[in-house]
Amino acid sequence: MSTHLSNHQIHLAARLSALLPLALFAAALALVPGIMAGSSYRAAVAWVPALGVDLSLMIDGLSLLFVLIITGIGFFVTLYSVDYLHGHARTGRFFFFLHAFMLSMLGLVTADNVIALFVFWELTTIFSYLLIGFDHEHENSRKSARQALLVTGAGGLALLAGFLLLQIASGTYEISQMVPAASDLQAHGFYIPILVLLLAGAFTKSAQFPFHFWLPNAMAAPSPVSAFLHSATMVKGGIYLLARFHPIMGGTAAWEATLVLVGGFTAVLGAFTALGQTDLKKILAYTTVAGLGIMTMLLGGQSTPSMTAVLTFLLVHALYKSALFLVAGIIDHQAGTREIGRLDGLARSMPFTGFAAFAACLSMAGFPLFFGFIGKEIMYKGVLAETMMPGLAAAAAVLANGLMTAVAGVFLIRPFLSDRAGIHLETREAGIRMWSGPMILGMMTIFFGVVPEFVGRVLINPAVKAIHEPSKYVEFAIFHGINDPLALSVLTLAIGAALYVNRQRVNRVVCAVYRAVSLDASQLYEHVINAVAAAGKAQNRILQNGSLHRYFFIVVAAFFTVAALSYVRGMQGFTGISITVPPVEQALLLIVILAAVAAVVITRSVLLAICSLGVVGAGIAIVFLTFGAPDLALTQLLVETLTVIIVSIILLRLPSLGSGHRRGRGRKFFDGALAAATGILVTTLMLTVLSSPLDRSLTDFFEKNSYLAAHGKNIVNVILVDFRSFDTLGEIIVVAAAGIAGYALIRKRRHSS
Amino acid sequence: MTRSVILATATRFLVSMILVFSVYLLLRGHNSPGGGFSGALVAGTGFSLYAISEGAQSVRRAIRIDPLWLVGFGMLAALVSGLAAAAAGKTFLTGLWWTIAEFNGREIVLGTPFFFDVGVYAIVLGAILTLVLALEEDLAADIKED
Repeated sequence: MSTHLSNHQIHLAARLSALLPLALFAAALALVPGIMAGSSYRAAVAWVPALGVDLSLMIDGLSLLFVLIITGIGFFVTLYSVDYLHGHARTGRFFFFLHAFMLSMLGLVTADNVIALFVFWELTTIFSYLLIGFDHEHENSRKSARQALLVTGAGGLALLAGFLLLQIASGTYEISQMVPAASDLQAHGFYIPILVLLLAGAFTKSAQFPFHFWLPNAMAAPSPVSAFLHSATMVKGGIYLLARFHPIMGGTAAWEATLVLVGGFTAVLGAFTALGQTDLKKILAYTTVAGLGIMTMLLGGQSTPSMTAVLTFLLVHALYKSALFLVAGIIDHQAGTREIGRLDGLARSMPFTGFAAFAACLSMAGFPLFFGFIGKEIMYKGVLAETMMPGLAAAAAVLANGLMTAVAGVFLIRPFLSDRAGIHLETREAGIRMWSGPMILGMMTIFFGVVPEFVGRVLINPAVKAIHEPSKYVEFAIFHGINDPLALSVLTLAIGAALYVNRQRVNRVVCAVYRAVSLDASQLYEHVINAVAAAGKAQNRILQNGSLHRYFFIVVAAFFTVAALSYVRGMQGFTGISITVPPVEQALLLIVILAAVAAVVITRSVLLAICSLGVVGAGIAIVFLTFGAPDLALTQLLVETLTVIIVSIILLRLPSLGSGHRRGRGRKFFDGALAAATGILVTTLMLTVLSSPLDRSLTDFFEKNSYLAAHGKNIVNVILVDFRSFDTLGEIIVVAAAGIAGYALIRKRRHSS
Repeated sequence: MTRSVILATATRFLVSMILVFSVYLLLRGHNSPGGGFSGALVAGTGFSLYAISEGAQSVRRAIRIDPLWLVGFGMLAALVSGLAAAAAGKTFLTGLWWTIAEFNGREIVLGTPFFFDVGVYAIVLGAILTLVLALEEDLAADIKED
């Protein structure tokens, strides 16, 4: 096992890999003063210059906020994973996926070119697929991973279509150049199709209703992955997209109505479902759905307060949610269960983890002096400042926040604070690398809550400026005075307390409503997948039934139909075919070929059939020769020779054509008719082609240049290895692949029989 | 399987000539009919003949390496001949030419397209041999089992 790294080496490498997010985080921090001063950073290299696609990256306030969240939380998640995965057989692979995901995510939030953005977008999808399915020996993991891949991947394809339309409508792939042309774009006929496609991408990625079902299922991933991908980063890709395109696409009635309604509904739905869960990770997954809904709803707005609220809540949510996911992972790791009914007294046995959970939960609940409180105050200010459905948005926000408060109680009170049976008093605290991450994240929710003015100035306001030109920034303060938002905050806490106390009753009502309207998008997904699989099986039965006769029949019939149709339709102005009497040697050749064909059809001996087929090929090769194409003739002759050899090796093992080969007379007749008709069609096509004058421009070019430019007199070879060598490269790759695949098939047959 | 004495004797003479002819075709390809593809087909025919007359194992002993290595070598040769241009700052697969000698006032030139053609030759021959030998061995095993 000298080629494999020892466990210890992998462990060390994993620990060192935490330096990557840390270094990137430090680099991003260095950009903060410049961004605060109002500048942005841009770098571009040509990527596909022929299509005008550049790999252009831009960092402005919005990108920077995301970069800091991604790298900062990425650092803690990496450290945490070192212990979480300790001794796991595939540790190396895990860290590779994790960091590859992080880099894709960074690309996504800094790309200025929409094509580059799309590529990074799909990379995050692919790496999240690999991470969700990391425990691939569990069927559930594989299924959940595939579901996330299909839902977010399909959304990604819609996004690509939207980006292409966007390029047609705006004339540029660069987001920064689309912003000045926003008003033209919104008046363009493509605006609604673009909007639908972009929202399909954003809603699938950010788990908005009706695509929300994949996110809770994605909890099959290891806990650090849930913390990183499904709370702090990837699912926020959709939010990022909406924010990034807010100045370009936002502000229309269609945008506002869709985002407010879908976002608001998702927020309330997610939060209600979260309240009924008993698994710590499921609780967190549904509150993530709710949080993403709130952000989507706020992005429907148009005022400075709602934009500020989106970005503030983004940071609030990233901090408390990643901390709580890591806490859930610690509990799972140390106590062996995530069921809240089977946990208690953890605050005493796991004080550090308990503290992290305490801080993060109170931030989630929106208690004063925690960062969540600030987020909520601004959120209420935002929804009240809107002209578009403020009552509805405010009601959705209050209800969703009240539910989150109740859920925070569910997460914290029973598992940590209650001490009914003392089951988990013996549970040991995790190692420092595991609890330090949630601990620091939890402390940050307090720190940011105490100095909101600093956070607003350094992080939030520059990000707001990137998507919205504010006339006046929102004020960040611990206490804004007695006003409407404060009243709503108090109301929220009251609603939260009431919901917590009555949580079982609420849950029963919710379940009843679910059953009544059968609101199960997950089931719809199952139906669609099953239908696709059934359609695949059906077409397999019809097209791929294993009979060579069937395959060949389909190919020839399809060719005949398509060619005949287009030939008949193109007959207008058809000048007729000029048939010249062939010279004697060609007429003789024709007779030989026809005789050989007759022999193939009539004979019952396999060997004779193969050889006759060879005669047909050789005859055609001689035809090439008489028309002055020696290279083609040579190749044809050689291919025929080899074909006869190889086919003989295979076919000589089959029984003679006479036995076991009885076909109905009708079917034979039909096959013959199809063959004859195809032959006549091809002959007519060839004669038609010959009757029109030949375009010699290519021939002239090659005649003139093949010796001067490529030092060769054999034009065919010069084309193959020089002028069109890239084509040849593709072809030899096919030859190589076919050789290897054929070899594998032959070997497999031998091994399996 | 009974062996034909005539076939075996003829094969010994034929195969060496076929292989020489195959290399000849490869080398002259740029100016006259021939080239990597045709050359490889000729060589493939020669080896197939040898395999039919002497058995697949004799061919394997004669060529010493696994035909799959030939495929890999061909791919490498084709890619390297393309990358040479890229290294010289030109587009991938642009032909580079060097004059290596002058003979009676005519230049003898050597270029990357030749190495590309060698790659084609190796891949096509490798693929043919891979399949033919596997089929032959499969057939031989079937006959043994019967």
